[in-house]
Amino acid sequence: MNSVTSTQDTIQHGSDQGHDSHHGPAKGIKRWLYTTNHKDIGSLYLWFAFIMFLVGGAMAMVIRAELFQPGLQIVEPHFFNQMTTVHGLIMVFGAVMPAFTGLANWMIPMMIGAPDMALPRMNNLSFWILPFAFLILLASLFVEGGGPAFGWTFYAPLSTTYSGDSTALFVFSVHIMGISSIMGAINVIVTIWNMRAPGMTWFKLPLFVWTWLITAFLLIAVMPVLAGAVTMVLTDKYFGTSFFDAAGGGDPVMFQHIFWFFGHPEVYIMILPAFGIISTIVPAFSRKKLFGYTSMVYATVSIALLSFLVWAHHMFTTGMPVYAELFFMYCTMLISVPTGVKVFNWVATMWRGAISYEVPMLFSLAFIVLFTFGGFSGLMLAITPVDFQYHDTYFVVAHFHYVLVTGAIFSLIAAAYYWLPKWTGVMYDVGLAKLHFWCSLISVNVLFFPMHFVGLAGMPRRIPDYSIQFADWNQIISLGGFAFGLSQLIFLALVIKACRKQGEPVADKVWDGAEGLEWTVASPAPYHTFTTPPKIQD
Amino acid sequence: MSQTEHSEYYVPAQSPWPILGAFAFFLIAVGSGTLVAQIGKTGEAGWGQWVLIVGIVAILAMLVGWFRDQIIESRTGLHSHQLGVSYRQGMSWFIFSEVMFFAAFFGALFYARLISVPWLGGASNNEMTNLVLWPDFQAMWPLTTTPDGTTTQAMGPMGLPLINTIILVISSVTIHFAHVGLEHNKRKQLANMLLLTIVLGCIFLFLQVEEYIHAYRDLGLKLDSGVYGNTFFLLTGFHGMHVTLGTLFLIVMWLRVLKGHFTPDNHFAFQAASWYWHFVDVVWLCLFVFVYVL
Repeated sequence: MNSVTSTQDTIQHGSDQGHDSHHGPAKGIKRWLYTTNHKDIGSLYLWFAFIMFLVGGAMAMVIRAELFQPGLQIVEPHFFNQMTTVHGLIMVFGAVMPAFTGLANWMIPMMIGAPDMALPRMNNLSFWILPFAFLILLASLFVEGGGPAFGWTFYAPLSTTYSGDSTALFVFSVHIMGISSIMGAINVIVTIWNMRAPGMTWFKLPLFVWTWLITAFLLIAVMPVLAGAVTMVLTDKYFGTSFFDAAGGGDPVMFQHIFWFFGHPEVYIMILPAFGIISTIVPAFSRKKLFGYTSMVYATVSIALLSFLVWAHHMFTTGMPVYAELFFMYCTMLISVPTGVKVFNWVATMWRGAISYEVPMLFSLAFIVLFTFGGFSGLMLAITPVDFQYHDTYFVVAHFHYVLVTGAIFSLIAAAYYWLPKWTGVMYDVGLAKLHFWCSLISVNVLFFPMHFVGLAGMPRRIPDYSIQFADWNQIISLGGFAFGLSQLIFLALVIKACRKQGEPVADKVWDGAEGLEWTVASPAPYHTFTTPPKIQD
Repeated sequence: MSQTEHSEYYVPAQSPWPILGAFAFFLIAVGSGTLVAQIGKTGEAGWGQWVLIVGIVAILAMLVGWFRDQIIESRTGLHSHQLGVSYRQGMSWFIFSEVMFFAAFFGALFYARLISVPWLGGASNNEMTNLVLWPDFQAMWPLTTTPDGTTTQAMGPMGLPLINTIILVISSVTIHFAHVGLEHNKRKQLANMLLLTIVLGCIFLFLQVEEYIHAYRDLGLKLDSGVYGNTFFLLTGFHGMHVTLGTLFLIVMWLRVLKGHFTPDNHFAFQAASWYWHFVDVVWLCLFVFVYVL
């Protein structure tokens, strides 16, 4: 089996530089509004995701400010609920998912030797729906009666019987976000399936491409189910249906089944591309080929398939029959096997490698340790009998922030530090980057680690007040939260500096251990790459 | 596949249509969101309806402009075989996403039939649920009396639904023969069979409206008649919307056929319309079995 890492030396440089005169970037705002270029659209996605990350982060700051002390001091409980809800929605649909899609846009065509995404105009449409969708969601906060306040999971009857006037706006904004995601995923899947350069066979694909292929499949499979869920919420609230109302023969628990049939694959949508990123960065800075490439692919496929069979582990306390609880418990624990394969492979890749600790590697190492930690708390939550204690406590909040912040977000930051020199053509301020890393690493643990303690002690999620005995840890958590939020401004400053080309110009191959087609093109990457496909031999 | 095709892939230049489409989606979402909320609150449609209408006009303009560009490019030979493969794969995945959309509503139907209604009736270990909540409630399907006492009548499979099933199955055959005609360059067969499919689609939609009138007027079966009416109208309603879209799609194809578009080896749009039509047909067969017969 030839992994992608062996292909790079044998590429015959095609005429990819000569075609740039075709149509370079247009001038002014039209470039961004009308663009069909995967790099432009990738940049748009990444900037949009970053802005949303800061907006959602600001909401988290409101939450943490309120929770700094027991009692109610800064915001009304109803506004607090809106903050937890919109924070979740923005981080999931506005930050993490678009950031990964941005990376897919930028990197997949360059990694597989394609001239662009397969459907470039639809690519533009996929992106530009998002700012509009989030404009609606954010504007709904100012509707009379406030924005969505039922949690990002919008459980019925909170979202049906007890929700405000803005619910219809929420439903339609989720609809158009879903349309955007589905079109984005179709584009990724078709690009990978149909646009690979000659000789780029399946088992030479970089793992980032593999993981995105599977992610795109998950997206196409479950985003329509989310559309169905919000549609039923809409008709239940406004048109008198009773899907989630027992009085008409429905069941509020049915909402949870439908939602989590979407929701659980959704959480893998947010982590599989992260696995791809870590599988790219760890070998580069260990100066070894990735250990167990094929097993990585099959592990990813296994995780994706199992993700369809575990949704009800979010619902252990709803009163399901015991045999159902056991089924979902065992299926969930089974996922730790392919995930364990991945962690093993990353560690085995580093084993006896010539490791150097550049910033992308630092974030990747933090990812491996802290994501694994979040995985372990997930394993605890998977055990049905003990989940009855953990359910709806801060332990759950701690768990999914470890896998999403120190997992997905850290991988995104690692990816940015890995590919930013390729995008901008200059090396970013490494001192600032290391400062960002250490500030983030320390503050994120101050922020999320004590959540385990208060959660196990019984502090509930999504409540603006708490018992006095949780006060000390909550103050520490809030301080960690403010520090983590502020640390991200270092990253913002660093990225702006790099985009303004302040830094040392870099070589085509920025990192000496890096492998893959993206390092064979110039830095910064020309507007059009691989207009004619490169030849890839064994 | 991609390994054998080396010709240059057509990457379109800048286009104004996608951003117009995104803006149209924005208007439709804002319009629908405010319209629904306004009707829910005051019973009257407010300014939301105008935003929605403008949004729909914008999206139609976008579709016309975008597809016009697309057709011109295709007919000037800019599209390679590889691009055609992209389009076909894209359409297949789009149809798969539609399948999953319907799966959500079929899931709701199965959940109601197999779990929530029997449990409300006391099945499994839910005797207390029945006794405490609605002790008089009897589990049944179709759910003609809901726990809170709303009553309705069931829509049987005979009559209109069966006729509609036959119509749709025949239309799937006619669209296939239209495709065969196209592939063998028999333009007359193509145009006639396509027209016949469109006519059958329109008859289906007409009968579907008749069936809805019958349900509302004679059976008292309404959208808000409990979970049976909910699943009935949402499943058949979304299916009907897809048939409407498919029929429009076919009408555009027919007009293009009359203008002499499509060749035996370059007819992606026609093929996509045909796939889409087969898809709505298969969804209907599932509907007929699970909503009407069983």
